Amino acid sequence: MELPGVDAGGREEAVKLADRWTPRRRTWRVAGAGVLATLALLAAGCSGRSSSSGSSKGTQVQVGLITKTETNPFFVKMKEGAEKEAAAKGAKLLTAAGKFDGDNASQATAIENMVAAGVKGILITPSDTKAIVPSIQKARDKGVEVIALDTPTDPQSAVDALFATNNFQAGVLIGQYAKAAMGGKTPRIATLDLAPGITVGVLRHNGFLSGFGAATVNDTATGQVTASQVVCSQDTQGDQAKGQTAMENCLQKDPSINLVYTINEPAALGAYTALKAAGKQNDVMIVSVDGGCTGVKAIQDGRIAATSQQYPLKMASRGVDAVVDFASSGQKASGYTDTGVTLITAKPQPAVESKDVQFGLANCWG
Amino acid sequence: MSTPATTPEQLEAGREAAPSLLSRAFALSTVGPLIALLLAIAFFTARTDRFLTGTNLSLVVQQVMVVGTLAIGQTLVILTAGIDLSNGAVMAFGSIVMTKLAVASGINPFLAIAIGILACVAFGAFNGTLVTSLRLPPFIVTLGTFNVAFALTHIYSNEQTISNLPSALTFLGTTFTIGQTDITYGSVLMLAMFALAWFVLRQTSAGRHVYAVGNNPEAARLTGIRTRRLLLGVYVTAGLIYGVAALLLVARTSVGDPQAGQTDNLDSITAVVLGGTSLFGGRGSVIGTLIGALIVGIVRNGLQLLGVRSIYQVLITGLLVILAVAVDQLARRRQR
Repeated sequence: MELPGVDAGGREEAVKLADRWTPRRRTWRVAGAGVLATLALLAAGCSGRSSSSGSSKGTQVQVGLITKTETNPFFVKMKEGAEKEAAAKGAKLLTAAGKFDGDNASQATAIENMVAAGVKGILITPSDTKAIVPSIQKARDKGVEVIALDTPTDPQSAVDALFATNNFQAGVLIGQYAKAAMGGKTPRIATLDLAPGITVGVLRHNGFLSGFGAATVNDTATGQVTASQVVCSQDTQGDQAKGQTAMENCLQKDPSINLVYTINEPAALGAYTALKAAGKQNDVMIVSVDGGCTGVKAIQDGRIAATSQQYPLKMASRGVDAVVDFASSGQKASGYTDTGVTLITAKPQPAVESKDVQFGLANCWG
Repeated sequence: MSTPATTPEQLEAGREAAPSLLSRAFALSTVGPLIALLLAIAFFTARTDRFLTGTNLSLVVQQVMVVGTLAIGQTLVILTAGIDLSNGAVMAFGSIVMTKLAVASGINPFLAIAIGILACVAFGAFNGTLVTSLRLPPFIVTLGTFNVAFALTHIYSNEQTISNLPSALTFLGTTFTIGQTDITYGSVLMLAMFALAWFVLRQTSAGRHVYAVGNNPEAARLTGIRTRRLLLGVYVTAGLIYGVAALLLVARTSVGDPQAGQTDNLDSITAVVLGGTSLFGGRGSVIGTLIGALIVGIVRNGLQLLGVRSIYQVLITGLLVILAVAVDQLARRRQR
């Protein structure tokens, strides 16, 4: 380090000063190298897709898909369906998801970013059916077609169209099945539900009780109804561990329970674990909704009696189709499209139409 | 020593005098983050022509205004070698208080806002009292208040999202136009709060004392700083800032959402650390925090424009955090 015009003593001081600065310069170098490394990684992360976007920029139809989370197999299947359909139609799919179920802020941010990216339409499974509405409105104001998948917004008219399972019907099917399978036994029912105020949970619960003939209710009721046969109702958030806890508590409350309705298969498997621990797994029938591959396998080995299978892949592929149609014809999709639901069981009841495990496995997700 | 062109004293003096106000704003620890931010901007500008537009950049600022504001309070706490895990939950509580009072109870919206902000200040005072009077570690105290605020939010809201808000609550989410760019009032408020926090930390004795306490609380006490009162003040101020963040949150989403803010505590810490502020206290700046928040927002927005899955944004943010902490540690070790 040569500093011109500095005498011996001064140089010594200058060297000391330089020493003091060196570590910081080192810090810069480390920072710089790290930043470069990160950007290289960033480039690697998106290099796979950039080639396709670069070549056909401007002409290719872009479709956004926003799911509740990245990890739930239901949404993984949905994304798979959207990707396949987008590739088939020559469209480009942008995807995003919340960090947890209920993460409205991330979904709102994703809508804004996708509109900025110039998407023609957005497919969304709203995490918070009410809170997302203003963000959807802003996107629609800019001419973007917005379609809700799986979960309706509140109000449903906040989106152009809804592609979803008829959740009330899903409940009705397993209710009818349970009624037939119970035969003459006196029902003692536990319901392992979703969470207060969530439409999907209300519809399935009420559908089940209606199909079972325990309650007179239709799909317009906004809250969960109950019936004299229901001895225990608990919320599980659709979570396996919480399903297990809920079942344990219900058995404490009434050990004579012989029929369990569950909001989804993770909750059903949690309930089965609790029943098995109590030695009651053969005396109690579990029915559920979803039709995930894990759930269908549980039907195969007798842990769950029946489930109503829904089709996330179909929701997403129809959604992509609708956006591509809108891009070419200017015609937006509207209203509600039922993507279908099928009763899957290994022990069919003559009075109730159902499909077997083979069909369930061929069409399951996860 | 008779005819030197430059004496050591002059050399020192030169170094001391040289930094202008601007260069002091971008203290050394913020240079790394600034370079990262500029590189990210350059990268995305090169990859897509939709990135570097006024509208899009305004959008990014708008998207970071809630976490950015929370991160101002977080910076104050971290500069004192503390940490605040409660800020997102406290903000969510404040936002539910102001929206529910205004909508369900029909209270004057401005009064509702004031009460909501005061609720956040109360949480700040509670944190600060436990940290200073009972000498409990901030990590544990704020982990506790995080859960308390989370539970109170869900109890008070009864899990219901509150919509149809009066316009006073959503005003900060509305926009004005410069050229062809829409800018939300909330973005401006956030930037103004950063400027104010920067001024207070750099130019006032109270601000300098925050650094002193963070560096060495015992030495700070011996020089006559009333460290407990200062710490309490930091937590109360942070609470006030979280209250403003609550109002920004409500304005941005146009609803009172009991699910909001669940990961914002970690997101705000991310912004602070990315901005080069040391988790060991005493080093860093709010300007760095602003840059840190913008890095997260720009990576998220840019990757979305390129059509990359949002999970890569989480991956890259994680790597940048590790990098920032490593840089801080290296710098610290070399300075000893």
